[in-house]
This record gives sequence, structure tokens and C-alpha cells, in this order.
Amino acid sequence: MKYDAIVIGAGMSGLAAALRLSQHDQRVVVLEKHELWGGLNSFYTLGGRPFDVGLHALTNYAPPGKKGAPLTRLLRWLRIKHEELRLGEHALSEILFPGARLEFTNDFARLESEVERLFPSERAGFAALAEWVRAFEVREDAPPAPSARALLAEHLREPLLCEMILLPVLMYGSAREDDVDVQTFAILFRALFLDGLSRPEGGIRSLLNLLVKRLKQNGAELRTRAGVKRVLVRAGRAHGVELESGEVLEAPVVFSSAGWVETMALAGEHVPRAEVGRLSFVESIWVLDCAPAELGHRAATGFYSTVPHARYRRPDGLVDAHSGVISSPNNFRAEKPLKEGILRISVLANHARWKALDGAQYAEAKQRASEEAAAAVRTYLPEWRGHAVFQDIYTPATIERFTSHAGGAVYGSPKKHLDGGTGIAGLYLIGSDQGYLGIVGAMISGVAMANRHVLMKLAGRAEAPVS
Amino acid sequence: MTEEDVTLAVKDIIQTVAPDEDVASLDPSKRLREQIDLDSMDFLDIVMELRKLYGVQVPEEDYKELATLAGCVRYLHPKLAGKTLHCATSV
Ligand SMILES: Cc1cc2nc3c(=O)[nH]c(=O)nc-3n(C[C@H](O)[C@H](O)[C@H](O)COP(=O)(O)OP(=O)(O)OC[C@H]3O[C@@H](n4cnc5c(N)ncnc54)[C@H](O)[C@@H]3O)c2cc1C
Repeated sequence: MKYDAIVIGAGMSGLAAALRLSQHDQRVVVLEKHELWGGLNSFYTLGGRPFDVGLHALTNYAPPGKKGAPLTRLLRWLRIKHEELRLGEHALSEILFPGARLEFTNDFARLESEVERLFPSERAGFAALAEWVRAFEVREDAPPAPSARALLAEHLREPLLCEMILLPVLMYGSAREDDVDVQTFAILFRALFLDGLSRPEGGIRSLLNLLVKRLKQNGAELRTRAGVKRVLVRAGRAHGVELESGEVLEAPVVFSSAGWVETMALAGEHVPRAEVGRLSFVESIWVLDCAPAELGHRAATGFYSTVPHARYRRPDGLVDAHSGVISSPNNFRAEKPLKEGILRISVLANHARWKALDGAQYAEAKQRASEEAAAAVRTYLPEWRGHAVFQDIYTPATIERFTSHAGGAVYGSPKKHLDGGTGIAGLYLIGSDQGYLGIVGAMISGVAMANRHVLMKLAGRAEAPVS
Repeated sequence: MTEEDVTLAVKDIIQTVAPDEDVASLDPSKRLREQIDLDSMDFLDIVMELRKLYGVQVPEEDYKELATLAGCVRYLHPKLAGKTLHCATSV
């Protein structure tokens, strides 16, 4: 079969890239290895209950029509109306450290006043930091600025405040341990704090359904259980893929969301193992017999650390519960409340350790990891475990199995490729390893790369306008 | 084909490209970018829609003719002559 473009992976970036291309009459096929689409943001049913993978919150909230906002741009590009997403904002989220708690909402003034309350001398510094982020523009040719810690220290004097601002940013998208480059920091600070958080009514399924429905209306194909075994390269140029079944599909352009290391391996190129991401998570999900708010827990998202100097690195043991994310989907505004209460806790985990366990050890280790996470947040949450009616736990091994990301790495390789280039003509990266993270980020990545490497050329323009 | 028809066809394309904007009440003589949020990628989309729906090619040096609704109509009227105008659906 011949196509105009092939997309590897039906995650957020792949679906968005394909949708964008199909709007312009490109013949596109999306090839997904797994039987379901969504990738790191997928869904499953267990014990008769629907669960979301990934989705805690959609970052980059913007009200309908807000000019220049990343969400507005994305919806425009995908021709989706804001109301179709049915976004419910969070009423409140929190950053929890020993003896210090900051609340934030989608009104940035709230975080500013919280900072002022806890750290009165930091008011001006924090405002200047926010101003710096607002003025920041993503540029491919920007000189490398590796340390957000250094940036924070330039603006703020209180080490605890630096930690409290950095932790959510790291947790929501740093592929590097304990720090993040300044560009990613700016993107994520904006995504989390200046724009804010929301959740689509119905969870990730509604967003995925919308994307998949549109794709099909536009005549694009989505093939599941269609793992790509090889990217076919002739004379330095990609010309198609071979599936695990042996079937060959041809196209002059291949977009891959499989990740940098993974994609290069598919193309027969060797990439040093050191470029595999190190950060993965164990997530424990408790289904409760009541809403978390009824127990007194009102935050939609909580970024916590039990120590003043937050840890964000691969643990030596199976997990490190000293820091993590608490998520309660019930605490987003919704037309229809969720049927049951849900509480999720994600903590950092070591992929290699989990892979080394056999069946019985693995089940037991999952249980232990979730006990550790629950114990760690004890001081931050009202007692909830007496209300649990069901539990599920997933690990780096689960993530690797369902997304094929090496090392179960959630935020990809620390090496990013902003222009999508791989060194092989016609083969482009989309998603985490192109450089945009999270659900909205992954979709923006797919669209931006489709614009740049296909649509601009179709329209006869050599240079892509900066998005 | 009247100017009115061309105006409708152009508005229809803008609405397709920018579903959340109020296209009906655009002032024909004011710059589009001052009235609704359009960036250079959106202009590209408008150009691509013209190509897809009517086979009209707009070279990059002519993009400036598309700055206002009235400009679009003036520029496109002769190019659309004899073509069947239809309303694109939003997807
Ligand atoms: C626990 C957890 C919580 C998260 N929480 C949030 C959150 O609250 N908010 C947020 O914005 N983001 C969150 N994220 C991050 C977000 O999920 C990702 O950044 C985003 O989904 C990445 O999308 P992607 O398209 O780049 O990659 P992926 O979703 O990984 O898509 C890649 C796809 O490619 C497929 N694939 C790989 N190899 C092949 C092959 N050889 N052949 C065919 N198909 C292949 C995979 O199966 C997968 O479907 C979370 C992630 C996790 C794991």
C-alpha cells in the first residue's frame, strides 16, 4: 500500500499529526502496536470499571477563544471546538512540603498571594520569574540553558520556595534527573501555573474518541495490533515501514512517536543506551466508596515531597515515595460527577528493578510499593484506605509493555530534537522526544511537525513560520 | 457569481479554519488579523482550503492581498469565476 504519510504510534502526538495531515487530504495511516490507542494516555477496564492511564490533568487550560494560548492554537489547527472537549477546571491543587503548603488554581493571582503569604520577602522575585516566563519564546537556535535551578536561584532567595516551584515542573515533564532545561521549565511553568489544569468530562476516552472519530471521517486509517518492525531506509531516505507481520507499507514521509532511541533502532541505527530516559513511575489507584471531597480532600492534583529537598531521580530500590503526585479526578468540575471516588498516587520507580522480578515477587512488590506511597502521604491526606473498594497498580514494566518505550520512560530521552530531525531524510520524531510533553504538548508536537515537514512543503513554502 | 457569493465562500473557509471565531460579523474593510486571532499558519490553512476546494493556487507573494475580507473577495472573484461555490462543512 502507498500513503502520503505513515505515523508510528497512536498516542496523542500520532493521532494529532495524522488528523492534521488528513485535513489536507493526505492519505495517512496510523500504525499502533497495542490493541488500543492512546499510548501513555490510554484507557482500560478492570473489574468492570473504566480507568484512565496517564491523564491526571490536562495542562494548558485556556478559556474559549483566549488569544495566543497554546490550547487555542491547538484546537484551531485540529478544527476542534473548545466546547467539544467539555473541560472542567480544577477548583484547587496544591504543592505539599514538610510544614509548607501552596495552593494554586487557574487564576495565577492565587499562587502569587500564596507565595506572598508563606514567603513575604519573595513577592517581587516570584512576580519577576512569572514575567520572565510570560516573555519567554521557544526558539530552536536559543543557546542551551541547562538549569532551571539556576534560573530559580536568580529570582528567588528561599531554597524551599525554589523546591516547591520546581517539583511540579519536574514531575510533569522532566526527562532529566533533579533538574530541567530552562526552555522546558518555561513551557511547563506556563502550562501548569499560568494557564492551568482541567479535565475533559468523561476522561481521556472522550478526547481520544473525538480524535479517532475525526480521523476516520477524514478518511485516515488507524490500524491497531500493527507494530512496526523496521523503518525502511534507502540511500539515507525513509520510504516506508515493515510491520511485524512482514507487510510493507510505503510513504515518502514517516513520523514516529516511538521515541528517539526506539525510532533509531527501528531504522537500524545504534544509539547509546545512555540516551534512554531514566524516569518512570509506579502508580497506585484506589477506587473509593465516596468522593475524596467527602473525606475532606479537595485538591485535584497534589505535588508532594516528604523532605525539604525534593527528589526527582531514579531510585536505587523499586520505588522512592519521598515525592510524587496525588491525583483525584473527582475534584475537577464536571456536569456529571464520577460514579465513584478515585485517588491516585504516582511515585518514582526503577524500571530495571521491576523487570528483574518474577511473577509472585512482582505482585507482592506492587502491593508493597503502594503501601509505601500511602504511608508517605499520610500527613497530607485524610485517612482514605478504609473507603477503598478496589485497587489497581501499574509499574514501569506495565508502561513499557503497553507503550514500548525503552525503560518504561514516561518523558522520553533526555535528548530532544526540536526540529523533529533524525538524520534520516523523511523520518521525523513527534511527541516527547521531539520536545513537547504532556497531553497538550504531545498534540502540539504532532501538529507542528506535520505543518513543518509536510504541509509547508505542499503550500510551496520553504520556511515554516514559527508556531 | 456575485461578490456576495464569494464573500460567503470565503467566510465559510475562515470558519472552517477558525471554528471558535465569530466570522459572521467580520468587518470587510478591516484587517482580518485585527478582528480574529489568525496567525501565519492559519493563513496557510486558508490558502490550502482554497486549493483543496477550488483548485486556486495563491503564491506566497500574493498573501498580502488576503489581509481583509474585501481584499480576499477582490482577489478571488476572478479566480473563482465559473467554479461551483460550495460550503465546506466544518470537518
Ligand atoms: C502515569 C502517567 C501520568 C501522566 N499524567 C499526565 C497528566 O496528568 N497530564 C499530561 O498532560 N500528561 C501526563 N502524562 C504524560 C503524557 O501521557 C505523555 O507526555 C504523552 O501522552 C506522550 O504522548 P506521545 O504521543 O508522545 O507518546 P505515546 O503516548 O507513548 O505514544 C507512542 C505510541 O507509539 C506506539 N508504538 C511504539 N512503538 C511502536 C512500534 N514499533 N510500532 C507501532 N506502534 C508503536 C506505542 O504503543 C504508543 O501508543 C502522564 C504519563 C504517565 C505515564
